[in-house]
Amino acid sequence: MKTRYSRQELFLGKESQKKVESGSVIIIGAGALGSSSAEMLARAGVGKLTIVDRDYVEWSNLQRQQLYGEEDVKNKLPKAFAAKKRLQQINSEITIDSLIEDVHGLNIEEMIKGHDVILDATDNFETRLIVNDAAVKHGIPFIMGACVASYGSTFPIIPNETPCLHCLLNHLPVDGMTCETVGVISPIVQIVTATQVTYALKILAGVSVSPILKSIDIWKDEKAEIDVKRLKNNHCPTCGEHPTYPYLKFENQTKSDVLCGRDAVQIRPPKTKVFELKVFTERLNGNVTNLIINPFLLSCGFDEYRIVFFRDGRAIVHGTNDTKVARSIYTRFLQYYLE
Amino acid sequence: MNFQLNGKQVELPEVVDSVEKLLTHYHLQSRIAVVEVNKEIVRKEEYETKKLSNGDVVEIIHFVGGG
Repeated sequence: MKTRYSRQELFLGKESQKKVESGSVIIIGAGALGSSSAEMLARAGVGKLTIVDRDYVEWSNLQRQQLYGEEDVKNKLPKAFAAKKRLQQINSEITIDSLIEDVHGLNIEEMIKGHDVILDATDNFETRLIVNDAAVKHGIPFIMGACVASYGSTFPIIPNETPCLHCLLNHLPVDGMTCETVGVISPIVQIVTATQVTYALKILAGVSVSPILKSIDIWKDEKAEIDVKRLKNNHCPTCGEHPTYPYLKFENQTKSDVLCGRDAVQIRPPKTKVFELKVFTERLNGNVTNLIINPFLLSCGFDEYRIVFFRDGRAIVHGTNDTKVARSIYTRFLQYYLE
Repeated sequence: MNFQLNGKQVELPEVVDSVEKLLTHYHLQSRIAVVEVNKEIVRKEEYETKKLSNGDVVEIIHFVGGG
């Protein structure tokens, strides 16, 4: 028995410990949830971890994103890179891959291939539904987890057994309550990841998990559990009898194009809807500069960028040639509208 | 009206007598949520018609984006 995993092996048993050590887990997102579950899985000795994230470390992350320190902020390190650096210090015996990439419907399948479990550590519904499509298509368990403020929820999606996220959500929520708008405290992060990592260890060890949707509010001291077996939808476009995996389709992706010679990127959402620009303006109040609005568009300064946002959701982000940066700015900007 | 909501006893105004009104009371009406009353999941189409009575055990789980 390796001394390093002796306590865990006493609990799991020799066979299960071996399975954990030969297992592979991909974590989508390396923010609060991703940092926390990656650290637990690295310490547990999961043989291969893959960390995917598109963002870099900022001061506002340090309160809860446990893999990062002040130096990472000063060096503006990409989270996936900084996470790998820290995880290797924690456990040099495992393989850690880091992907500094924006997850979308056209690259997710390649990313998840060869993994035993997918952990959800994303911060938005669209990416979750993309991962959900890929997970179901490739038959890989996907452990959903989300939190905001002091509230969190989890659900293990086991392809061909449980309902999938698409069955539960039905359509993409417009609600955009996020950590950037209402805040978050770190204890709820730990509760969500504790649940997710437990599911991951069970799946790696070959123990079955139940289709229970769980939520907890650590501040209000409330919790709920619902067996959602009944919500499995035979006509679900993702896990039903005739799946089309809509979120993996080219025409359903948010598109971004560099505008030549303009130091700007155009972002086009997959589905057009009409945004109330006046309402958007009110919600942006105090968070942007030099705001100009006309019946067709609004234009303003946001961080060090300038955004021109059209009524149909299309936007041009000025001040960058990097589509990843532009998409991340666009997502953050849009959150004010969805608040 | 007295319910057990997410594991806690709550007392709400008498007008809160359906799932729809309960969600509105907690400002969850525009959210995606899964609602269970006495261990039975209530489908979205039934929110308005599903009446609540004293002593019901209600669980509400709504989805959030963050992480």
